Amino acid sequence: MAREPEIQYRPLTPEEEARRRKRSVAIALALGAMVLLFFVLTIAKLGPQVLNRPL
Amino acid sequence: MTSATTTLNPTVEAVGGDVPDYFALLKPRVMVLVIFTALVGMSVSQGHVQPAIGAISLFAIAVGAGASGCLNMWWDADIDAVMSRTATRPIPAGRITPGEALGFGLFLSVASVLVLGLAANLLAAGLLAFTIVFYAVIYSMWLKRATAQNIVIGGAAGALPPVIGQAVVTGGIGIESLVLFAIIFIWTPPHFWALALIKAGEYARAGIPMMPNVAGPDSTRRQIVWYSLLLAPLGLVPVALGFGGLLYAVIGTVGGLGMVGLSVRVLRNRTGEAERKAAMGLFGFSILYLFALFSALLAEQSLGLFRAVVA
Repeated sequence: MAREPEIQYRPLTPEEEARRRKRSVAIALALGAMVLLFFVLTIAKLGPQVLNRPL
Repeated sequence: MTSATTTLNPTVEAVGGDVPDYFALLKPRVMVLVIFTALVGMSVSQGHVQPAIGAISLFAIAVGAGASGCLNMWWDADIDAVMSRTATRPIPAGRITPGEALGFGLFLSVASVLVLGLAANLLAAGLLAFTIVFYAVIYSMWLKRATAQNIVIGGAAGALPPVIGQAVVTGGIGIESLVLFAIIFIWTPPHFWALALIKAGEYARAGIPMMPNVAGPDSTRRQIVWYSLLLAPLGLVPVALGFGGLLYAVIGTVGGLGMVGLSVRVLRNRTGEAERKAAMGLFGFSILYLFALFSALLAEQSLGLFRAVVA
């Protein structure tokens, strides 16, 4: 019985793989930078008096 | 029986572009200009902003400008492909698919507006959103292909960053940033039309109704002179209002006279190499003029070089 045709992509060339890897690293760095940005923003918005409150 | 197999080459979508290609989509040189003019808008404002908040706000404004540039490249890929200056951009060159650019631009648009809203205030975020929509939708999708006044009206998008900068610092819009807006707005036509005079053939081939193609080169040259005559005194308004000092006054006067002089040279030299030299001379000088004006304001405000001309 004939099976569904499989789509086979040719393997990526080393150059294409390197490009994909660089892109992944860039996305990771961008995500890290966003985390840092929101952290700094939060601290700056809360201000130094945030811990100075009655317990 | 063996299964049927189909071997496909991965499309550009499957392989994806290089990191610099995505960066190029953001028009980095425009981003630098936007950071610079927004920073000047912040520096001339009466108020104070925390350095971290100011830096994050500037970053958000720059990313928002980049996002609108990315959306512009997505929409204009067909035009970019037929113009020598833009044919090597990532989309017409086939390194990034239009869909990727659209997704990237939309994500950065929303993210930049959200971050600016969180960091600064809703007015600044609203102005940034307006700038992005104005540039990507009003200018790119509509005006650019519809009217010879495209870059005149579209210039408003490029002129807004100082206003956003002031909104970040003060939470409002003041006369200072509105004057800076007006200067960039009036500066844009002579700047762009000088280039359009030289590239008129390419714009015609791409079907873009730039002023030299629609009204003719001579009318364009006259309009360039009129705009420069308007720009030269407008450039000195910051001195009259008291936020431009002596250094600014000198640069504004010399630069304004230079703009008028070079515009008249464009009007007089209408053929051959002299025409090209005159137009490119004005184009180059116009960049220097605007950069010098804004640098003078920044230096006066941040380096303590301000010497009042008007009491």
